[in-house]
Amino acid sequence: MPWRLLRFVTSGKHPEPQMFTHHDGLKKVYDAVIIGAGGHGLAAAYYLARDHGMTNVCVLEKGYIGGGNTGRNTTIIRSNYITPEGVQFYDTSVKLWQDLSQDFDLNLFYATRGHYTLAHTDAALRTMRWRAEVNKHCGVESEVVGPEELRREIPMMDMSCGGHAPIIGALYHAPGAIARHDAVAWGYGRGADQRGVQIHQQTEVLGIEVTAGRVSGVRTSRGFIATSKVLCAVAGSTPRILDMIGVRSPIYIHPLQAMVSEPMKPWLDPILVSGSLHVYISQSARGELVLGASLDPYELHSTRSTLDFTEGLAAHMLELFPFLSHVKIVRQWAGMADMTPDFAPIMGKTPIEGFYLDAGWGTWGFKATPVSGKTMAHTMVTDTPHPLITGFSLDRFRNYALTGEKGAASVGH
Amino acid sequence: MKIINCPINGPRPVSEFFYWGQMRVMPDPVASSDDEWADYVFNCNGAPGVKREWWCHTPSNTWFIIERDTEKDQIVRTYLYGEEE
Ligand SMILES: Cc1cc2nc3c(=O)[nH]c(=O)nc-3n(C[C@H](O)[C@H](O)[C@H](O)COP(=O)(O)OP(=O)(O)OC[C@H]3O[C@@H](n4cnc5c(N)ncnc54)[C@H](O)[C@@H]3O)c2cc1C
Repeated sequence: MPWRLLRFVTSGKHPEPQMFTHHDGLKKVYDAVIIGAGGHGLAAAYYLARDHGMTNVCVLEKGYIGGGNTGRNTTIIRSNYITPEGVQFYDTSVKLWQDLSQDFDLNLFYATRGHYTLAHTDAALRTMRWRAEVNKHCGVESEVVGPEELRREIPMMDMSCGGHAPIIGALYHAPGAIARHDAVAWGYGRGADQRGVQIHQQTEVLGIEVTAGRVSGVRTSRGFIATSKVLCAVAGSTPRILDMIGVRSPIYIHPLQAMVSEPMKPWLDPILVSGSLHVYISQSARGELVLGASLDPYELHSTRSTLDFTEGLAAHMLELFPFLSHVKIVRQWAGMADMTPDFAPIMGKTPIEGFYLDAGWGTWGFKATPVSGKTMAHTMVTDTPHPLITGFSLDRFRNYALTGEKGAASVGH
Repeated sequence: MKIINCPINGPRPVSEFFYWGQMRVMPDPVASSDDEWADYVFNCNGAPGVKREWWCHTPSNTWFIIERDTEKDQIVRTYLYGEEE
């Protein structure tokens, strides 16, 4: 061991720069409290401080920064949704992603790879044409391509899928990308921290104080905080928080699992999704295949993983890429997905004054991290929903005005 | 949770079963207000707890109720609808 390293280890002082400021305790009063230090909560804190000069803000996290779905997702970023509301919203996010590494001075490994949604049936192809038209209308690059292009671009793929689900075309979305998820949380967190926002990890919200229909404070595992604005950005824990204030919602929680293979030489550039086979796959910068499938079949508030999932996903993956049969799986995990009936998020104001909701991110919320942070910060400061999120209000379920995004969100992420 | 006790067929692997969601009581569609009806159609009790759920044993098409802790993933008991003691 080199001498300097040995001295460094034994000195007990580790003077490397700390990414986040350590705070001894909570203040008694904040202008705003954000529950959840996932990407969404931290992004909202960042834009509150950067764009609105609001810095007497704290972010409360019961575990650690990015330890929720932000650190568990398969990082697919795209905007080829099916409703105009969705397309415009996610397209704004894709644009924000482009210069985030610059903003943060931190490499997010943002890689534009292109994204293919495979069609195995006429019905799937029909939905894709519809999506392509809506996308193009909103100025988003999106087109239906035939088997020749797929054969050329992904030569390793078995176009017949073992004979029973032949691929007849695909929706191609050139801006489709992946990024390093932990770095996204750290970048937003550090940016907020540097501007004066306090991030408190190991601090769980246990209750919310409401006085005459208005938020007045938050009860935490480390004491009480007075505040008039609360943002709830807790993804899989949303129903628990809503229970504290008696707000009803359609959010239901199912686990979503994912896994990665051992690393191999680069052979897959684009991101692939097959709704019919319930799989999606991309190859990370480290060479691992990042693999995902559909939701677990029943409600569960836990992050356990199952062998059923690995077997099912592996079987479908082999239909697309039979040569992977020798490749080993090295990790598997789960997150708690906060699902909505129409596969669109729930964002904005709630029946409780000063209580703002950023939830219903299910299996699709990572890509929305920048835009949801920005629009929620705007909504909190002005107490009016940002124009990009009016289609996502909690009210839509009372008014039977759903934003049907299922055709573009399920399995597709 | 790997094995479910079907009230008709006894213990069977979970892969033989299908989940159909929480048991809910439908309000009277004529007497209920628009808000009550929307609440019934869309909203649910999403927080963890012991819940009563519809499940089906697919090979025998047996529909029945499971009382399950949705945080621990543990079954409290299973019974046919209407046969709860
Ligand atoms: C396996 C998997 C794959 C996915 N793949 C994709 C994908 O490819 N593309 C995509 O766009 N999306 C994907 N998603 C969805 C995406 O990960 C989420 O929608 C997104 O990360 C949500 O971010 P968030 O910041 O809202 O929530 P989270 O990152 O979950 O953060 C919420 C935080 O709140 C904290 N918290 C909860 N309760 C409390 C409390 N009482 N007090 C204090 N803190 C609390 C939690 O500890 C957590 O850290 C995937 C999800 C999973 C699980």
